[in-house]
Amino acid sequence: MNIPTGYKYTDTDEWVRVEGSLATIGVSDFAQDQLSDVVFVEIAVSVNDTVKKGALLGTIESVKAASDINLPISGKVVEINEALSDSPELVNSDPYGKAWMIKIEMSAPDELNNLMDDKAYTTFCAGREH
Amino acid sequence: MTEPTLFELSAAGRKGVNYPDSDVPLTNLPANLLRKDLPMPELSELDVVRHFTHLSRLNYSIDGGFYPLGSCTMKYNPKINEVTSRLSGFANTHPLQPIETVQGNLALMYQLQDLLKEISGFPGITLQPAAGAHGEFVGVLIMRAYHASRNDAKRVKILIPDSAHGTNPATSSMVGMEVAPIPSDARGNVDLVALKAACDDTLAGLMLTNPNTLGLFDENVLEVVRIVHEAGGLVYGDGANLNALLGIVRPGDLGIDVMHFNLHKTFSTPHGGGGPGSGPVGVAAHLVDFLPAPIIEIIEPGSEEMAPLYGFKTPSKTIGRIKSFQGHFGMLVRAYTYILMHGPDGLRKVSEYAVLNANYLLSKIRSTYHLPYDRVCMHEFVVEGFWPDVHDVHALDVAKRLMDYNFHPPTNYFPLIVKEALMIEPTETESKQTLDEFADVMVKIAREAREDPQLLKEAPHNTPVGRLDEVKAARDLVLCCWVPEGE
Repeated sequence: MNIPTGYKYTDTDEWVRVEGSLATIGVSDFAQDQLSDVVFVEIAVSVNDTVKKGALLGTIESVKAASDINLPISGKVVEINEALSDSPELVNSDPYGKAWMIKIEMSAPDELNNLMDDKAYTTFCAGREH
Repeated sequence: MTEPTLFELSAAGRKGVNYPDSDVPLTNLPANLLRKDLPMPELSELDVVRHFTHLSRLNYSIDGGFYPLGSCTMKYNPKINEVTSRLSGFANTHPLQPIETVQGNLALMYQLQDLLKEISGFPGITLQPAAGAHGEFVGVLIMRAYHASRNDAKRVKILIPDSAHGTNPATSSMVGMEVAPIPSDARGNVDLVALKAACDDTLAGLMLTNPNTLGLFDENVLEVVRIVHEAGGLVYGDGANLNALLGIVRPGDLGIDVMHFNLHKTFSTPHGGGGPGSGPVGVAAHLVDFLPAPIIEIIEPGSEEMAPLYGFKTPSKTIGRIKSFQGHFGMLVRAYTYILMHGPDGLRKVSEYAVLNANYLLSKIRSTYHLPYDRVCMHEFVVEGFWPDVHDVHALDVAKRLMDYNFHPPTNYFPLIVKEALMIEPTETESKQTLDEFADVMVKIAREAREDPQLLKEAPHNTPVGRLDEVKAARDLVLCCWVPEGE
């Protein structure tokens, strides 16, 4: 399981990478492994939207299931990864890189404190394995 | 497998039908509507019959073999249903006929409403919805209309346990509600602590699948209903699993406010390609006025000499019409036949044997396949389709391997709360011999997984086509094979 350091994680398997006030968001390697082959990614927010932590970011559909992606942090959407609509398989091949989903200008960076670091998330994932 | 299409079988000039000479003057079609590039296949009647007969033999059906597709209740559909629904008085009538000329049809619908009331404990029934999910949609529309009628429009939140049918959150979204998931507790019941925490004055209701998708009856159902009602919400009962409860529990008596029936599950009308479905909805007394219009009522009472006159009635606060005409009438005839053929005691036996068959099958395979929620099951159960000591063999591989033994695979990867789920519903119509054969094959496949995993990974081997590329099928959608030139 790939859980890189320097990222923050949610208990619903989204990750956040912070550069200054900009937060990049995607789903974790654990999430893509559980979903198996991803066939469709739909982003439910638009550029310039003001979004709140916990709201719906989008939906991810695999051959097994459709799952909601939740916003791990509040702010204003500045960029959306258009490549995912044509190449949803990027979520499987490069969940922390090319499969980033949206970038947000954070309005409440304190919210990051409620997210897990890589160590806590590793323990959290291990607890869900059989 | 390469199966030629009708277009590939076509031979220029071959005909299936010869028209007689026209005995009316010919009318020329407008020239601008004629085209030369319409490649219609040319075949004889025998060509067509052989083609489709051959294709039909490649199909798998309940008439051909065991079909333990969990949550779908693939019970045998008695052939007498096809006899009654084809009776001339039913089959050769039209919904626009004057009601005086279709009293038999209306009487059947009225009596079916009454039978479903008796079975479910709900005082109001609509027969209109076209299928289960349509029934859910109608039910949640009724819930929304109820809150709106009380000037309580802030109630927009629907709670969905994570053991519910997947259609429940979809239905709520379609009605414009907000969906909030509720986890299950360690025994597979609705987590009461989480439920209480989610109840506030925005609560429209809860959609409860009971027995749930784990095949477990919620042991706290009365408490769940009480908590939701106390918060001002309504409880929707997903009746898709009613096959476990006939004559034993009436959802209306549990305090549930609205529920759909799947006639194509519980009451033996055909599924899927043999359908269409039918999803009547039952409601508690406080929701009767919101039912879709029209419902079937006696509009002139009868006497000793005269039968009553059946007709249509519009409930006072109706959500409106939700289906053309009166729903899928042919399905209503089949379900009515099934209910009368069984009678009250027979229907109770249906559920008792459905539960008994599921528990018998579970007992035969539970030492081979892990059962995460270890309880006596209802009409179906969910096991894990993998083994920690067997590398890279998944539920999908077990399912595909079952096809080599001429069994339809169980539902897999649902519910999501069980890892590598295999959801197995044998139904009451299967014999002990069939259950034994299936259990033996399940145990055999577990042995194959250890001894020769490739056998599973590459399955199925004995079917018309091998392992299909499900990812490609979902990603590369090709919905049209031929487009006229220039368009």
